Amino acid sequence: MSIVELKNVEVAFPQKKGEAVKAVNNVSLSIEKGDIYGIVGFSGAGKSTLVRTVNLLQKPTAGSITVDGTEFVRDGKQVISNKELQLKRRNIGMIFQGFNLLNETTVLENVAFALKHEKLSDEELEKRSLELLDLVDLKDKADFYPAELSGGQQQRVAIARALANNPDILISDEATSALDPQNTQQILDLLKRLNKKFHLTVILITHEMDAVKKIATKVAVMEHGNVIEDGSLRDVFLHPKQELTKKFVGGSLEAISTLNSLALDKLSEDEAIYQLVYSVANVTKSIIIELYKQIGVEVSMLYGNVELLNEEPIGTLVVLVKGDPAEQKQTQEFLAKQNVTFTRLDEKGNVYHD
Amino acid sequence: MISFLSKYLPNVVQLGWGGDAGWGTSIFQTLFMTFWSAIFGGILGIIFGVVLVLTKDGGIRPNKFWYNFSDKLVSIFRAIPFIILLAFVAPVTQKIVGTQIGMKAALVPLTLGVFPFYARQVQVALESVDPGKVEAAESLGSTTRDIIFDVYLRESRSELIRVSTVTIISLIGLTAMAGAVGAGGLGNTAISYGYNRFNNDVTLVATILVIILIFIVQIIGDFFAKRMNHQSR
Repeated sequence: MSIVELKNVEVAFPQKKGEAVKAVNNVSLSIEKGDIYGIVGFSGAGKSTLVRTVNLLQKPTAGSITVDGTEFVRDGKQVISNKELQLKRRNIGMIFQGFNLLNETTVLENVAFALKHEKLSDEELEKRSLELLDLVDLKDKADFYPAELSGGQQQRVAIARALANNPDILISDEATSALDPQNTQQILDLLKRLNKKFHLTVILITHEMDAVKKIATKVAVMEHGNVIEDGSLRDVFLHPKQELTKKFVGGSLEAISTLNSLALDKLSEDEAIYQLVYSVANVTKSIIIELYKQIGVEVSMLYGNVELLNEEPIGTLVVLVKGDPAEQKQTQEFLAKQNVTFTRLDEKGNVYHD
Repeated sequence: MISFLSKYLPNVVQLGWGGDAGWGTSIFQTLFMTFWSAIFGGILGIIFGVVLVLTKDGGIRPNKFWYNFSDKLVSIFRAIPFIILLAFVAPVTQKIVGTQIGMKAALVPLTLGVFPFYARQVQVALESVDPGKVEAAESLGSTTRDIIFDVYLRESRSELIRVSTVTIISLIGLTAMAGAVGAGGLGNTAISYGYNRFNNDVTLVATILVIILIFIVQIIGDFFAKRMNHQSR
């Protein structure tokens, strides 16, 4: 039983002139309880719009949405009353790129604001708010104003606030995009910890594949309002099907920029560039040496990287293989037999087309 | 001191402090009219400002009827020149206050004259609140009431104080005109006892008093606007 079920969701923005712009186009997703579900895509892909339909901050124009067994939208019509929705939203925490804290109230009051409807006594309210701040290690900043905290700290306050009503789901909308790498890491670790501790379902919207790679268990890739690929993080990462996904995985953006800075000449017929992505644990033999030994092609390395994919080491290599077309064919056959996902690239790092 | 004043500002001294035309009386009348119309106009202005922001398309309670109603009402009252409004609402004043002249009667046109101006200012102040904050509150399942008071009004309070200061200053300007319906005040002193009787010294002193009053309001307003601001500094 999935906790968030989106069926054929469409969000269209009517334009003054011409056809409506479809920000989200016929998307179906099913998110299981306890998932850390990454949704990646470049900006403008419709990720934020899509995820806002989960708590109806954005009303879809078509499709059905069910959250935790409650039907929110059926065939584009809201079937939950606004009052009921208000209650259900307390089960769906949300954090934002801009933190969106209340600047004119203290950190403590920001958290307490989320508990306002609880009718707690002042002491209970303070106690509960402090507990939540303790969860994000900011108990000592309770009396500060948000503007006095760093970005990472502000985001942690926002997380404490989002968790105030013990939600089952937490939506993170580009929550780390405005933060430096260190703070990003901290927030991601915190999300992972909360996911484990409370069995919290996390929906992680980001344009940074790195963030998804670090903590997500499942991933969906979006482009032009469509989900073009989804599945377990490992599958999508090791066996990407779509061109865009291939670009996103394996530190590929970095690999592409490396290739670009190398400014290679147009490849001759006897040259080919391959991007190899593999799980380090499964690949024991050195691929480069084997290629030379078995086929006799000369392989030079253009880019190499090993990174952790949800704690599993994954290697990415970009290699230039020199050999005649027959040898290139053999090379491809050899690679296909290994536990390696390979993608042929052109000299600019784009996916190769004949 | 008195002899110095008598020599250079003879007509000013002659008006005296108390009595119908006294300086004390006219200062009190100006303060009275400013204070009470600021209270009444302020309440109306905030209500209309809030309604405009909540009910507009894309607001948290979109409602075409109430938006158009408030929007048009505010626009119409803003369009009427105050001196005409004074005469125009006289029958209403008669109903509410029981008289058409005097300081209390002037509160009706003053309130009606200032609230649309203030409502627009409140509307702009509330719209300056980051929509992300409102969205965050909605995602927390906050009630409309909580969003109005804890997000819109609280987050914009520094801006609200700033626009209130501007409004009170323009209200002091309006009270000067209210002299036309026998409401008294410093404006009336400047015109009736100064200008009309060629007593330039009276006009001068009345003007200086109005300026001092405005400066005091401005200084207090700036002080609180700054103090209430906890945005990045």
